[in-house]
Amino acid sequence: MTLSFKTTIAGATTIAAATFLSAAGAQSITGAGASFPAPVYSKWAAEYNKVTGVKVNYQSVGSGAGIKQIDSKTVDFGASDMPQTDEVLKSKGQFQFPTVIGGTVPVVNIKGIAPGQMKLDGQVLGDIYLGKITKWNDPALVALNPGLPLPDAAIAPVRRADGSGTTFNFTNYLSRVHPEWKAKVGEGTAVNWPVGAGGKGNEGVAAFVSRLPNSIGYVEYSYVKQNKMTYAQMKNRDGVFVSPDDATFKAAAAGADWNKSFYQLITDQPGKDAWPISTATFILMHLKQDNPANATETFKFFTWAYKGGDQIAADLDYVPMPDSVVGAIEKVWSQVTDASGKPVALK
Amino acid sequence: MSTTLSPAPAPLFPAASRRPRAKTSPPSMKKARSAPMADRIFGWLAKGAAIFTLATLAAILVSLTISAWPAIDKYGLGFLTSTTWDPVAEEFGGLVMIYGTLMTSFIALLIAVPVSFGIALFLTELSPSWLKRPLGTAIELLAAVPSIVYGMWGLLVFSPILSTYVQQPLQAWFGDVPVLGALFSGPPVGIGILSAGIILAIMIIPFIASVMRDVFEVTPTLLKESAYGLGSTTWEVVSKVVLPYTKAGVIGGIMLGLGRAIGETMAVTFVIGNFNQLDSLSLFQAANSITSALANEFAEAGAGMHQAALMYLGLVLFFITFVVLTLSKLLLSQLKKKEGART
Repeated sequence: MTLSFKTTIAGATTIAAATFLSAAGAQSITGAGASFPAPVYSKWAAEYNKVTGVKVNYQSVGSGAGIKQIDSKTVDFGASDMPQTDEVLKSKGQFQFPTVIGGTVPVVNIKGIAPGQMKLDGQVLGDIYLGKITKWNDPALVALNPGLPLPDAAIAPVRRADGSGTTFNFTNYLSRVHPEWKAKVGEGTAVNWPVGAGGKGNEGVAAFVSRLPNSIGYVEYSYVKQNKMTYAQMKNRDGVFVSPDDATFKAAAAGADWNKSFYQLITDQPGKDAWPISTATFILMHLKQDNPANATETFKFFTWAYKGGDQIAADLDYVPMPDSVVGAIEKVWSQVTDASGKPVALK
Repeated sequence: MSTTLSPAPAPLFPAASRRPRAKTSPPSMKKARSAPMADRIFGWLAKGAAIFTLATLAAILVSLTISAWPAIDKYGLGFLTSTTWDPVAEEFGGLVMIYGTLMTSFIALLIAVPVSFGIALFLTELSPSWLKRPLGTAIELLAAVPSIVYGMWGLLVFSPILSTYVQQPLQAWFGDVPVLGALFSGPPVGIGILSAGIILAIMIIPFIASVMRDVFEVTPTLLKESAYGLGSTTWEVVSKVVLPYTKAGVIGGIMLGLGRAIGETMAVTFVIGNFNQLDSLSLFQAANSITSALANEFAEAGAGMHQAALMYLGLVLFFITFVVLTLSKLLLSQLKKKEGART
């Protein structure tokens, strides 16, 4: 008994120690933050390491923790799914730039309904998550889905339990299109949900929805694709029903004025092809670098990623940034200086 | 989280507490002065280790309080009775999580104590000797299963079974009965207070059972044989001889299990539903526990009130485990006093 106790504790300590040790290394840069782009950052890092020998450590600790870490300068770059406003960045002496685009997708589990058959709009989605629409054969749902065999069954809403960029994306969309949602719940990485069971992580929500008859949830697009979940079409700002895919995410990003500011929330964007619950994910860095060599390495890594990492991103179901945006990003990079005010080399 | 917050098992361990009290005072000064240098260095090191542990504990408490201070300052003790948890409006109250933690632990004990007692009884009194060793090992192995495995098993395997074969029939039978109906209401998901309690019970059974078995085994054979010789049944031997002889150890084991249940995080997070509203007392209602809320929200909590409120929750958990530990110590010392009076 005591033995098994001790072995467990000893095991845990060894793992913790191993994690600490792996952070060290000579030619290496470190980033931390959002879990949403973590798969693509890790894959980029692995490929980049093969090509250049430079090690990029990315810790998927969550956007909030990523912001904290870059504020305290314990990492070379932070990552957040929520863009910071220009005022906040200015006060901290930081800047941000977007890396990839993705989307949040409502998924349902109703017997006899195939992927893409269910049609939803922001009003109905908000009403479901406010607990105002409780049955699948509610008149509002029937009106959107004429001819679809909607059951006389209670809707079981599922949402994220942990604070997450996906939740921010979803609630930000609902706040833009549903005034009552905005007043009662609002937007954030975690909100005060009026209804629903909470799953931990995208995989938790995906597991709930695929297990639970008559449920609805929201997950990142890659989970929809990999698990072949029953996604719903969404009515966008132009009144067109669109399916989530690379093209509709890209169309949403195209509507934003990236040259003006990188503070862009690309939910509910105009354009007949735009997926309404799209999001970009961001990197945060300091404008004044104590360690210019690492900043240069970071720039080199992302330059490589924008140029050579597109296919990797697409394979993982992320949409790479359009070339025009990359130009704007490089312009911002050129304003970064070291402690003495000398510009940091980009290459 | 769970390992750091569960009460230290060592002082509760029955074998230690049942042994006659060892002489704790250091040897007399004369001897110490003549002792070699190595002995004295060892003494300092041992003292340092003890002080270090205490200092760490104090430091954790202080840093928790400092980080939680904005929330303590704003909400005071009202935090403990408010059910609002709204990160957007920055309104926080911890009652939902406190209720979830206490209720799931209570359900876990309710199930685990009788089962563990049965296991220990079977292993020490009834089991054929060839079965004792493999069965005992199997139960100890249960304790080595990582909690996340319990969580995933609970979510993917156990909760569908609970929903289909327990919750839905219960709702069909008692749905219209006033009090019982309310107790079983809620969406038929199989996720909530009850499933978290049952998973916790499975997790703490090996702890309680092993401790109980160990203490049952140290009951002197002479006493048991005498009771059997006087014509006692097995149950009479256990209830009148073994249990009174070992109650301190049994309570220690139960408290060890309770401490683990209160601090458990991962498994609970998967099956409790993480729902921050307290609108019904149904056993099937999705709820939240302190540890689960901390694990879920901490990484994304912005600096400021949200983080402070989570820290406050951590402080409350610290306090709950402290109270549990103190109560068990009090109970044990009370029992010891009575033992002295009887002989």
